[in-house]
Amino acid sequence: MNYVAIFVQYVSQYIKTRLTYRVDMVIEMMSDLLFQAVNLVFILVVFGHTDFLSGWSREEIIFIYGFFLVPYAIFGAFFNIWDFNERYIVKGEMDRILTRPVHSLFQIILERMELESLFGTFTGIGVMVYAGYQLGLDISWFDPILFILFVVGGVLVYGGIFVLLACISFWSDSRTSIMPMMYNIGNYGRYPVDIYNQVIRFILTWILPFAFVGVYPSAYFLGKEEWYSYAFMTPVIGIVFFTISVFVWNIGVTKYRGAGN
Amino acid sequence: MSKYVEMIRIRFLMMLAYRTNYYSGILIYSINIGAYYFLWNAIYGEKASIEGMSVLQMTSYVAVAWMARAFYFNNIDREIAQEIKEGKVAVEFIRPYHYLIMKTMQGLGEGLFRLFFFSVPGMVIVALIFPISFSASGITWLFFSTSIVFSFIINTQINLLTGILTFFFFNNDGLIRAKRVIIDLFSGLLLPISFYPGWAQQVMNFLPFQAISYIPSMIFTDGMTGSAVYNALWFQLIWAILLIVPIQFLWIIAKKQLIVQGG
Repeated sequence: MNYVAIFVQYVSQYIKTRLTYRVDMVIEMMSDLLFQAVNLVFILVVFGHTDFLSGWSREEIIFIYGFFLVPYAIFGAFFNIWDFNERYIVKGEMDRILTRPVHSLFQIILERMELESLFGTFTGIGVMVYAGYQLGLDISWFDPILFILFVVGGVLVYGGIFVLLACISFWSDSRTSIMPMMYNIGNYGRYPVDIYNQVIRFILTWILPFAFVGVYPSAYFLGKEEWYSYAFMTPVIGIVFFTISVFVWNIGVTKYRGAGN
Repeated sequence: MSKYVEMIRIRFLMMLAYRTNYYSGILIYSINIGAYYFLWNAIYGEKASIEGMSVLQMTSYVAVAWMARAFYFNNIDREIAQEIKEGKVAVEFIRPYHYLIMKTMQGLGEGLFRLFFFSVPGMVIVALIFPISFSASGITWLFFSTSIVFSFIINTQINLLTGILTFFFFNNDGLIRAKRVIIDLFSGLLLPISFYPGWAQQVMNFLPFQAISYIPSMIFTDGMTGSAVYNALWFQLIWAILLIVPIQFLWIIAKKQLIVQGG
């Protein structure tokens, strides 16, 4: 069986399980929408007290948020590995994964996917269209292509960071509170990085490059030319980070000793 | 009673066994608070104060809100849901303790651990890096401590409620997530309640959420003084008592119609 066939199998099984608990599925989608609304409320409330955030208007910040939602939704659908440590290492589930002839990371991604998150891409595009309309942005023919490239880059950045974090568990199987916090840090990539000091800007660009899943790529669509070089780097950073993470994962798996029952 | 104290102790020791990663957690928290610090500085811009809060008060608010969260936050709703799904809850019913109190005590053990090994050292580090205003008066600290105890109680009660609902929905992940988002927004963790438009503040006055984060953080930063503090503590106390009613009610029904799915 090739990887595509396995993927299709998992998706169809997934849909079956989800349809068993319909009420929960609806609540889950609503909670996603709620989550997206929360951040929007934050922006709206803040801009109720100020007109510009270091030179960026409310609509521009909303646009960045809309862009962010698209890669974030795809990431959320496939990289649900924030509880990797507890679920796979502490409980020893990794043993089961490793006995199967498919790449372990691929299996975990499939087992933990939450396809209803993909709904967030529509919300994100909706928010972008609204903000773009308010700002009177022009769309040229190659913008959709760049959009897809930037989104893929963003997903890979997010995926890479979280896979790397999951890899920590191979070396140290103690519980960690890092993963949930990382979701918060991801939010800071959505604000213009020039508001932060050098250290945090550096972290958000090169160490935990969340700025590539928000402000940098959006700066291109918003016509902020001083950020163009960063914007075009988005797919590169994504590929580099994700490749590193898979590489580290492969090493990490060899260090796995099995902790379960 | 002593068995419940023992549960706190065991959970505390369990957390202690896994303490190394908490040091990295402090680093992450500091980055988080740092980013917020700059974000709020940018939001304030040239303004000296917004809604009666200076930028210094605001950053202190953010820092203390996140550090207090480490104390009151727990995952017992997720744990309860998990135990119901796996059918383990059936065994818990026959054990000689009250299941919900046991869960609360475990949450408290976790909270106390994080308070001593995470919040306190974390706060010291954050205070060294960023300008943060501490209140010097002992009475403020007394009010603050009382108030975070209530934060823990109310947050735990809401978690218990969400957890118990698994008895009725079987799969409850969506609701647990929704609850978390609502608490982040309406508890005042992300934004002080006073920043919201008037009508929203009116609505939130009828909800328990601001008792979780807004009240202790405002007390800590001296954003709330005099009679407002007493009113806020009353608000917390009343909600802590009121929330017992739906928990008890749902618990009794849940016990009657328990379906064990596995185990």
